[in-house]
Amino acid sequence: MAPAPSQSNTDEHWKKTTRLMFIHLGVWFFFGYVIHMFVNQLNAIKIPILGFPLGFYMAAQGSLIVFVVMLFMFARQQDKIDREFGMAEDD
Amino acid sequence: MTTQTTTGSDAFYKQLGRMYGMYTGGFVAFIILLAILEQVGVPNKILGYLFVFFTLAVYAIIGVATRTAQLSEYYVAGRRVPAFYNGMATGADWMSAASFVGMAGTLFLLGYDGIAWVLGWTGGFVLVSILIGPYLRKFGAYTVPDFMAFRFGGNFARFIAVIVLVCCSFTYVTAQIYGTGLIASRFLGMQFEVAVFAGLVGILLCAMLGGMRAVTWTQIAQYIVLIVAYLTPIVILSTKHYGIPIPELTYGTAIAEITAREGQMLTSGLATAATLKPHIQPFINYSPLNFFGIIFCMMVGTASLPHILMRYFTTPSVREARQSVAWSLLFIFLLYFSAPAYAAFSKLEVYTNIIGRDLTQVRPWLFSWGELGLIQICGKNAASIDAIVAACKAIAGHPGVVRLQDFVINTDVIVLSTPEIAGLPYVISGLVAAGGLAAALSTADGLLLAIANALSHDIYYKMLDPNAPTIRRLTVARVLLFFVAVASASLAATKPGDILAMVGWAFSLAMAGNFPALIMGVWWKRTTATGAVAGMIAGFGLCLFYLVCSRYFPGYGVKYFGMTSLLNPLSGAPLVDIAKAMALPNAMEVMPTLAHPMANKVGWFDLNNINCGLLGMPLGFLVIYVVSLMGKEPSKEMQAYVDEIRKPRGRTVLEEKT
Repeated sequence: MAPAPSQSNTDEHWKKTTRLMFIHLGVWFFFGYVIHMFVNQLNAIKIPILGFPLGFYMAAQGSLIVFVVMLFMFARQQDKIDREFGMAEDD
Repeated sequence: MTTQTTTGSDAFYKQLGRMYGMYTGGFVAFIILLAILEQVGVPNKILGYLFVFFTLAVYAIIGVATRTAQLSEYYVAGRRVPAFYNGMATGADWMSAASFVGMAGTLFLLGYDGIAWVLGWTGGFVLVSILIGPYLRKFGAYTVPDFMAFRFGGNFARFIAVIVLVCCSFTYVTAQIYGTGLIASRFLGMQFEVAVFAGLVGILLCAMLGGMRAVTWTQIAQYIVLIVAYLTPIVILSTKHYGIPIPELTYGTAIAEITAREGQMLTSGLATAATLKPHIQPFINYSPLNFFGIIFCMMVGTASLPHILMRYFTTPSVREARQSVAWSLLFIFLLYFSAPAYAAFSKLEVYTNIIGRDLTQVRPWLFSWGELGLIQICGKNAASIDAIVAACKAIAGHPGVVRLQDFVINTDVIVLSTPEIAGLPYVISGLVAAGGLAAALSTADGLLLAIANALSHDIYYKMLDPNAPTIRRLTVARVLLFFVAVASASLAATKPGDILAMVGWAFSLAMAGNFPALIMGVWWKRTTATGAVAGMIAGFGLCLFYLVCSRYFPGYGVKYFGMTSLLNPLSGAPLVDIAKAMALPNAMEVMPTLAHPMANKVGWFDLNNINCGLLGMPLGFLVIYVVSLMGKEPSKEMQAYVDEIRKPRGRTVLEEKT
């Protein structure tokens, strides 16, 4: 049974939610911006078999794949936090 | 709601998979049928008409069949759209004519730098999910201004939010209707103005009777058409050339070949270092600041555009809203990570089979585009071999083979011509046209609904006549939808010059106006109404000022606001000689055309005006923060409401009477 809602419960839930948000924001920032700042260095590396220069690949596909995967992960992780504090909706 | 309708609609939701499965099968069968018709000699023009009218008819049937007389169905599709299907609808809502037709062309022209748009138009969904979308779903609004009004003290905030919404959505929807006109006129040979209004009828049939509910179910149908249409030609091309039907893997080889060919063209004199822009070299079209600026503005703009945020109001729960964002991005990703493949294959074709060819040996696929003026060789439309030869003879010392600097291609051609490059039958070209139309129509539906809902719900019902009965509210919503649609079609029919740039501007405007207030409203309880309203006005105002001034009043910008010339990203030299341009008699002209030497070429910090959100958004945050701290803390009640928004469990904060 879900614990009764109290102010400390609410605060703790929000603290964890905020932390998760910042983690994902960090990953988003890294793959959205930081990695592309090093495109010239990364382009020196060729992906074997496929032939893409790595810097180009990360912008055209790599980062996008990361975004998709992290969104599915976020949906699960946030739901887990909500359940832990009895704040999730009924299934 | 009565029990009977509940069970009736439960059956409806259970059958969704089967219904859309059958629909997809029917669509594939339809393509095969048309392919057979083509083989027995039915002319291309008829096939094109069949494609467009059949798909339009299906959307209209879905639109009419899902009409509704209930407010919550009209505004938020009854909040019962499953995450997976809402993701598909959002994909269609999101991907416009610009994504479908224009994106690959931009990548063709700009190479690596064009990827800023791919990144910007995908990464924003991360922000939607972690920062805003699910919280707005829990709040339980019908529109984004609803949230602003509740959280920030009433109708003044609502009114500002409606202005932001209308400014960014109206320009955007005009570009979509323009796109439908372009596609219909090119494939059906209709007159552009007629095609615009034909597209309008399609849009209205989908959205008018059923509002959000009808738009949701048609957008899913449109997504299926557009993704099949986008992927089919390129999968076939990849299979033909590389033996693997996954273009996203094989175009790496094409890129390596392009790079090799670029070196070859330089050494053999087919291209000059000044005209050749190496495909994978970064920061030659955009400076790093503008490259990352575009990514940032498009991402944050995604998380601020009302027509996208309101799609997540329709899910059954907060949990499903989050899942739905993930599905949305997956469906969008399918198209966006294929766009660079289109660009690479087309570029390889142009570099190997056009550039360096003897003038008389040019491949014939380009003549039909040359006739329309979309491909030029030696400065003249490449309509036939004779035309090319004559045009190039007129150039002194022309070697008789096509050089890179002789060749000009309109970027819209890249996607549309790929079926012909691959030597595919016309039916595939028709399919691509139907896909482009689906992309433009679905986005236009969502945008028109966002505008009409804001006007009918926020302005009419909440501000003018709070006692209006359901019937009248729905009637007002439909009438407004009709007029907004006609207004934007009329504007589109005049072919305004800035139409495509306006799409980029819409993102920056939405970002500057909405993002700080939405974020602070959810994430900082101390945000006061005065602070938020001041922040919205300041951020939106600065962004709008920068845009309008650098585009339409560049002379004033230079003279009074210290704007300077933007710089060439490669050489760092100014784009315009400001002193010389200011001495021109028309330097202080108001509303100059794009050809004006200073329009769009002046600004602060070498910042392109598409990125005006980079100025407006930080100012918005700062003003909200400072003004909020100066005022009194929001009431305990309001803070409790914010707590409620943050918890998925429980009733929505705002309960609409229906």
